[in-house]
Amino acid sequence: MKSLAELQAIKDRMKDKVVLREGTGDMRVVVGMATCGIAAGARPVLNALVEEVNKAGLSEKVTVSQTGCIGICQFEPVVEVFEAGKEKVTYVKMTAEKAKEVVEKHLKGGRVIAEYTLKDENL
Amino acid sequence: MKELSLNILDITENSVKAGAGLTEIILEETDDNLKITIRDDGCGMDPETVKAVTDPFYTTRTTRKVGMGVPLLKLAAEQTGGSFKISSVSEKDSPADHGTEVTAQFNKNHLDFTPLGDIVSTITTLIQGHPDTDFLYSHTYAGACVSLDTREIREVLEGVPLDTYEVIKWIGENLNEQYSENFPDQ
Repeated sequence: MKSLAELQAIKDRMKDKVVLREGTGDMRVVVGMATCGIAAGARPVLNALVEEVNKAGLSEKVTVSQTGCIGICQFEPVVEVFEAGKEKVTYVKMTAEKAKEVVEKHLKGGRVIAEYTLKDENL
Repeated sequence: MKELSLNILDITENSVKAGAGLTEIILEETDDNLKITIRDDGCGMDPETVKAVTDPFYTTRTTRKVGMGVPLLKLAAEQTGGSFKISSVSEKDSPADHGTEVTAQFNKNHLDFTPLGDIVSTITTLIQGHPDTDFLYSHTYAGACVSLDTREIREVLEGVPLDTYEVIKWIGENLNEQYSENFPDQ
């Protein structure tokens, strides 16, 4: 059973890291979690991002957060990537598999996956 | 929505947006019925807004910010022959005691009953997205109970954020273990 003692151990391990976490996060990944996003499948996308970011060892560099309706409901699930000094990248019609790829290629490798992004001609 | 747990996620997001300090998600289940209650201590709504959120197509849209979330849950409940209720007390009318309560009752044996789905994932998603607000989750079925209170977790963590990956993972595994121990048939 996942006991409170185990949670306690997590706390002891994490306590020193907390300071480190604050103020970092050069990259922000935002998932649209309004009704439109949730209905289109945003929950597994978000969970895949959280999972893969951690697996790739990017937790200190990348923050994954949730937002409301971005206004392009027909393209949900939508994932936006913000990086200091760079233009925002908007990934559309995401799936957990695509999210995994985005973590590997974009967040880790620095290469935007153009075919998953929103094109101007779509708008 | 393919799963009721997604409706729950959607409706609870409203509670968080209403500035709730604590949101309770309570599932009471029998062999025939499922009752979902989502209760928060957020800013609440005035009576006109309450009316508008249940029936968005009849508003004059001056209220805005009213979406499909509530009507979708209402529909999911009513299509099983169940019922839906929303009540709210606004902060303006009652500064000391305010908030919103949504109750949806489902007839589980109806053909159009939407399965609950991955409720654990809904709870972890809520906590990951809103680590600074509290959630109380409780699911009872045939005398057994699965529950989680982020206030207790927060106390143990002593300042370590609830959206820490290891913490979210612990919460998910804790709930899954509670489910397999207490609701072995589900």
